[in-house]
Amino acid sequence: MTTKAARPNIGAIRSSFAPWNDPGTKPLVRFDGVTKRFGDQIAVDNVSLDIYEREFFALLGPSGCGKTTLMRMLAGFETPDAGRIMLGGVDLADTPPHKRPVNMMFQSYALFPHLSVAGNIAFGLKMEGLKKVAITDRVNEMLKLVKLEAYAARMPHQLSGGQRQRVALARAIARKPRVLLLDEPLAALDKKLREETQFELTDLQMELGITFLTVTHDQDEAMVLADRIGVMDQGRIVQIGPPTEVYEAPNSRGVAEFLGDINIFEGIVETFNSPVASLKSADGHFKVVDEDCPAGGATVWLAVRPEKMRISPKAPPKGTANVLAGEIWDIGYLGDWTTYIVEIGPNRLIRVAQANASRIVEHPLSWDDKVWVSFDADAGVVLTR
Amino acid sequence: MAAIAPYLWLGMLFAFPFLLVFKLSLSDVALSMPPYAPKFDPGNIGRFVRALDLDTYGRLVSDPIYIKAWLSSLKIAAISTALLVLIGYPIAYGMARCSSGSRQLLVLAVTLPFFTSFLIRVYAWVAILKPAGILNAGLHALGLPPVAVMNTDAAVYIGMVYAYLPFMALPLYAVLEKQDESLIEAAADLGATPFRAFWTVTFPMSLPGVAAGALLCFIPIVGEFVIPDLLGGSSTLMIGKTIWTEFFNNRDWPAAAAAATALLITLVVPLMLYQRQQARVLR
Repeated sequence: MTTKAARPNIGAIRSSFAPWNDPGTKPLVRFDGVTKRFGDQIAVDNVSLDIYEREFFALLGPSGCGKTTLMRMLAGFETPDAGRIMLGGVDLADTPPHKRPVNMMFQSYALFPHLSVAGNIAFGLKMEGLKKVAITDRVNEMLKLVKLEAYAARMPHQLSGGQRQRVALARAIARKPRVLLLDEPLAALDKKLREETQFELTDLQMELGITFLTVTHDQDEAMVLADRIGVMDQGRIVQIGPPTEVYEAPNSRGVAEFLGDINIFEGIVETFNSPVASLKSADGHFKVVDEDCPAGGATVWLAVRPEKMRISPKAPPKGTANVLAGEIWDIGYLGDWTTYIVEIGPNRLIRVAQANASRIVEHPLSWDDKVWVSFDADAGVVLTR
Repeated sequence: MAAIAPYLWLGMLFAFPFLLVFKLSLSDVALSMPPYAPKFDPGNIGRFVRALDLDTYGRLVSDPIYIKAWLSSLKIAAISTALLVLIGYPIAYGMARCSSGSRQLLVLAVTLPFFTSFLIRVYAWVAILKPAGILNAGLHALGLPPVAVMNTDAAVYIGMVYAYLPFMALPLYAVLEKQDESLIEAAADLGATPFRAFWTVTFPMSLPGVAAGALLCFIPIVGEFVIPDLLGGSSTLMIGKTIWTEFFNNRDWPAAAAAATALLITLVVPLMLYQRQQARVLR
């Protein structure tokens, strides 16, 4: 069982938090047409992005997509070749890294190996020129926050990976930055610890009220952590939105395929009477409910997530829409889920995921079984690119 | 077999020669060829061992020339090492901050002097520093008065710093080059100016390199003979020169051997301290 941590009632705050929908809200961070080249490689390509006060924003993309470069430009470690980066309405171009009110948690943690845990956390406070007593108080407060009170005198090499991650976090938030930058914050942790830490991070963010910007290639991490996700590809932001939006309503095949698994059927719109469309594809006719479907004659791609499909050894009644007949080609049993790879035509494989709701199934589906896959009219999304 | 090899080499190339020197230091001066007694006699080992004594060490302690030479050597070595850190650190730091292509070139440049003979390089400094040498010719051309550097302690320091700079710069470069750049970024991120980031992160983390470089320079400088002999004056007193004088001028082989043994023992102490510190770092 998950233990319930003591925390303020954040559910109400989180469920109604959407400053990006309010045109009156001024963003805290604004990337305005930012471009960065390394030699003839373009790392960040004309990116414009607003991040709001108290938001948890995740930049998600494959490695080399420019997400880390974008974040490093906010920290001041890289200089944009074009465009502006604003923080609280002020252009940061002439502010060196050590004067920017942002702090970063490095992917490698970058803990100072010659300083103790307390020394690491105190480093930024010393640079600020705080009094000794104030530094000690703040260090103790941070140690308590990350539950490392007993480790104040330890050296970084005497800590476990999870403890190091906490020290890096404590060090980065000790100066109360206006934006906390997290570079692949959980990448070095094992799976179990990563899941725990994800929830701790979101709670911590609510508690501190600091704006978080995280960079990750792990979509689960981005979805759990973030209020909004910016999906990046080849230096560009291809979609921005809350996790449910980028997952359920991707704006392109690229985004749909990057976030989770998806089955894509290429077809032509036969008729469209908003919101119902009829599509014709090589795998058969589909009936789809999607307000944004283009008019008849257009080439489109119908994208359906594996978990929104059903699989059955019995044929559905005649006249049921969106049915695909096939044979089971492979089965992946994950415990909570089973993924079936179904061959619906020569070299046409689709993926169907079913929750294993019962412990014992009398006639489980097996390899080469003849099956029928079906999905509802509103299960898929029509993509035009 | 592989485990024995290092001991075999150490025994052959270090322990055995050292034992010869040590035996010599326990002998007495004699008018013979070679000029000491007793001589090793496999037929009567008992008499040979009984004839060995510590008299020579007594002479070392009672004659102030040895103590003075020893202290002067330590002083010259300490000052030279300090100068080497001051000059070698910026060189190593600059090398470590270069692009990887020019780094290799710079490492080559630092090691290049080793391609010529040490002796020739010291003689080159004689040519530079002597009264009518290159230095004074240059000063004269600029209309400046000549300086008398040759045969002074200053010339010895110049020679020492010149000769030992690679031994300081290379270990320093090795630690600085390995330093994780994200640590400097982290320091800047946490509000440290480049200057403070250097003194709070880069420098303390490079101390093992400073220690290694200092030992590699200090120990041979204490026993250095060629540089004080060629560049130093008659007032430059160093233990290496004293040993040479005892051996070749005074033909007092036991005294030279005893001074060499005493020198070795005094140098083993800082080495052991360094080893202890290294072990602590590794732990």
